Amino acid sequence: MANGREIDLPMPTVRHEDIRVRLGAVSEHAPRPIKVVLNWGRRYSLWVFNFGLACCAIEFIAASMGSHDFIRLGVIPFAPGPRQADLMVVSGTVTDKMAPAIRRLYDQMPEPKYVISFGACSNSGGPYWDSYSVTKGVDQIVPVDVYVPGCPPRPEALLHGIIRLQEQIASERLSTQRLRGRYAGSRVASAGDVSRPLLRRPAPTQAFPTVPAGPTAAGGGE
Amino acid sequence: MTETRAARSTGRERALTVGVGAGGLATADMVLNIGPQHPATHGVLRLRIVVDGERIVRAEPIIGYMHRGAEKLFEVRDYRQIIVLANRHDWLSAFSNELGVVLGVEQMLGMEVPERAVWARTALAELNRVLNHLMFLGSYPLELGAITPVFHAFREREELQAVMEEISGGRMHYMFNRVGGLKEDLPAGWLGRAGRAIDNVRGRLPDLERLLVGNEILEARTRGVGILPRATAEAFGVSGPIARASGLDVDLRRDAPYLGYGELFRPGGPGRVVTRNEGDCLARLEVLLEQTHVSLDLAEASLDRLVALPSGPINVKLPKVLKVPEGQIYCATENPLGFNGYFLVSRGEKTPWRLKLRSASFNNISVLTEMLPGQLIADMVAILGSMFFVVGDVDK
Repeated sequence: MANGREIDLPMPTVRHEDIRVRLGAVSEHAPRPIKVVLNWGRRYSLWVFNFGLACCAIEFIAASMGSHDFIRLGVIPFAPGPRQADLMVVSGTVTDKMAPAIRRLYDQMPEPKYVISFGACSNSGGPYWDSYSVTKGVDQIVPVDVYVPGCPPRPEALLHGIIRLQEQIASERLSTQRLRGRYAGSRVASAGDVSRPLLRRPAPTQAFPTVPAGPTAAGGGE
Repeated sequence: MTETRAARSTGRERALTVGVGAGGLATADMVLNIGPQHPATHGVLRLRIVVDGERIVRAEPIIGYMHRGAEKLFEVRDYRQIIVLANRHDWLSAFSNELGVVLGVEQMLGMEVPERAVWARTALAELNRVLNHLMFLGSYPLELGAITPVFHAFREREELQAVMEEISGGRMHYMFNRVGGLKEDLPAGWLGRAGRAIDNVRGRLPDLERLLVGNEILEARTRGVGILPRATAEAFGVSGPIARASGLDVDLRRDAPYLGYGELFRPGGPGRVVTRNEGDCLARLEVLLEQTHVSLDLAEASLDRLVALPSGPINVKLPKVLKVPEGQIYCATENPLGFNGYFLVSRGEKTPWRLKLRSASFNNISVLTEMLPGQLIADMVAILGSMFFVVGDVDK
């Protein structure tokens, strides 16, 4: 850099992995009691990454404040970034311009990861259902576990959504797992991918050799 | 999410010679990308700044991450449905946003609005202004590193939101305005409850104020930082509390009165325009704080007027299909963040031909290109936070 020389920093890419080993051997093949303990731990310490986009972000903040206080449910809003978070709450309108960034930050989150779609816009486009620039639901980009309806939903609705997610974690009924193959492996291209080639997966050839089975590095990227 | 890369696009190399030594130390410009997802941008604003060491050389806001195409959607919504979208672009001043649309349509129709509706609208618009300002009074210290004020701010917000919710059913997006008045009459006893909420908030506001005014750390971060000269503010069309903190004495409530503001801003009335001359971050915060007090007074005065008014209708019965006569109108209101104007062009149909939106935050953010160069990176967040913008209002 000192000589003004061009330094080509590569874009962060997603390592090509066998999606079946993403959660690691421990959780996939653990005996039932261990799974219960693991899930119990997961459900009550959800470090949340607030993807605040629009109006709903204000209600998310209201839910974290004194009168609603979702920290009592074990949702901790102090994650410094997606790499330290377990739960992503997408609150607000997802636009096609923003979509690649959302997918990119989702990819940076370590497994196991959960997504709550908060509000009508991120559920389905909401009042902007016929807009030319709005993604019709964040589930076109990332798999969603719990949808919270409303425009914007009340903070109590978010609390309910969080409890629903915790129930799902406890019973391992996560749509993430069912849809993982569809989205995380070879997902359908969204409008965002087409407009900005940020997240194109490298071909699973020589550049990023397939990692043998084992727990993945937290972060997913790099 | 920040990333750095070598300045490729700048096409030039700046060399600074630091200290003594053979050849000195050469530095190159670095492009620093803030956002679109960054805690300090409270929303999805993206800034591309070019820094030389710790100093910002150039700054460019890259907008459009929240562009929802509202103006185009207005053209396929009838005048009742437009209110839904209109109050969402600036989600912290929903009531004032609706107000601009219905005032414009009413002027085009030549419609006379019942007096009770006028004063109820004034009261609700001012309560909405307090809600908006409380949000920034809480979030700005948060960006500067003070966590406590936001809890105080949200306690007051919850109290006022409860009153607004009782009347309209919404905590943020009220959708309570209709062409010709309000959706429904005020609930029985609401005026008393709203008055008590205002009293409570006013009584507890000093708690919040104590944390901000005279706070040594906050002053060190904000005094003399990010000065916006009056001339620049004028040139960029900056409005609202930010312009008034730079000594630009404009307020549409006084200068082009609508609703009941003509009476409230009369000499001796509770209305006054808060200004500062410093133009720095602290001045902007002080304007916001003082405006909150003024708005509480205005809301209270409007409620008093409502109590004194005889009972009567609060809206006008509308035809089944509402068509606005051919013509055009520009209707601007003083939103909490600045001028909010709607340019309505009608061809006599039930949907507008064009409804152009002039939002306050767009201009207020544009001025960052002038304000940020020369500042330190560490001050950038303080300046950005003090511009009191809503990303939806920038991108529409």
